[in-house]
Amino acid sequence: MGLETVFGHSYLTTRLDEAVNWGRKYSFFNYPFVTACCGMEFMSAWASTYDIARFGAEYPRFSPRQADVLFVVGTVNEKLAPVLKRVYDQMCEPKWVVSFGVCATSGGFYDNYATVQGIDKIIPVDIYIPGCPPRPEAILDALVKLQEKVSKESVLDRKATGSAATGPMALKADRYK
Amino acid sequence: MTGYLLETLRSKFPEEVLETHSFRGDDTVLLKKEALLKTAAFLKDELGFDFLMDLTAVDYLPREPRFELVCHFYSSKHNYRLRLKCPVQETEASVASLTPLWSAANWFEREAYDMYGINFTGHPDLRRILMYEGFEGHPLRKDYPLKKRQPRIPHRD
Repeated sequence: MGLETVFGHSYLTTRLDEAVNWGRKYSFFNYPFVTACCGMEFMSAWASTYDIARFGAEYPRFSPRQADVLFVVGTVNEKLAPVLKRVYDQMCEPKWVVSFGVCATSGGFYDNYATVQGIDKIIPVDIYIPGCPPRPEAILDALVKLQEKVSKESVLDRKATGSAATGPMALKADRYK
Repeated sequence: MTGYLLETLRSKFPEEVLETHSFRGDDTVLLKKEALLKTAAFLKDELGFDFLMDLTAVDYLPREPRFELVCHFYSSKHNYRLRLKCPVQETEASVASLTPLWSAANWFEREAYDMYGINFTGHPDLRRILMYEGFEGHPLRKDYPLKKRQPRIPHRD
């Protein structure tokens, strides 16, 4: 990002981390990848009663290129899996993924020929929300947990290290080994 | 009413109708699959059945003939309902398409083909409707392996 790439974890870098992370965690632009009934609770969490805007994450972007957090809301089947992967690949770093509800997390009760048994088979996931569907409180809790996670990150984590061939996917995959 | 429909079909197609029964107002006719198209045409043209409500199949493995094609018809003119069922063997799983009579049959038959592997002769565009291209087998057949997965992209780990 700048000096920190030269000095590593120096005083300057750690303070920069704090400033950058503070900005990032209170201004998530989310991409709602809504496929199923969990979408109702998603809407509820975003609407006035629960009002996720209090946490700075109310702004949905329907272009993955402008989004920070990918919310995978609902069942993902094998037919849809390449689409999800593509949406994820189109998002710019830094990016995070929230698996919303049991279907996205593990396939839920759809243990059959068509359903992906958890979206982490396709893309890396930062936060899993249990529930069928999750209550809005659980969603807010997940968002706070994601904010805590983001606040512990360093800008160095996402410094591009490999050649162009490794790409954003490879970078992300390294972080989750 | 109940007796009338079944009696009409029995007398019109004595060779083709295998069995009829009626349960709490649901009339069912079991007939040879070769007679499906002409029976359906008779229902539509003579008895006023203007609506193909559903067309699907059932796998009765290990029974032989293994499959049963099930069609539900409705007459909005007379408020009649009728169910036609045709036994279909696995070795010659091929039935005449109902698309010339009801275009609603198009997607129903594609689904039956996709899920059970039953072919519909005369269908204008018989390809999978729910599963993706490159999917092998027919997932609602009872002998499709329960845990078999056919991912389109490689899974992580």
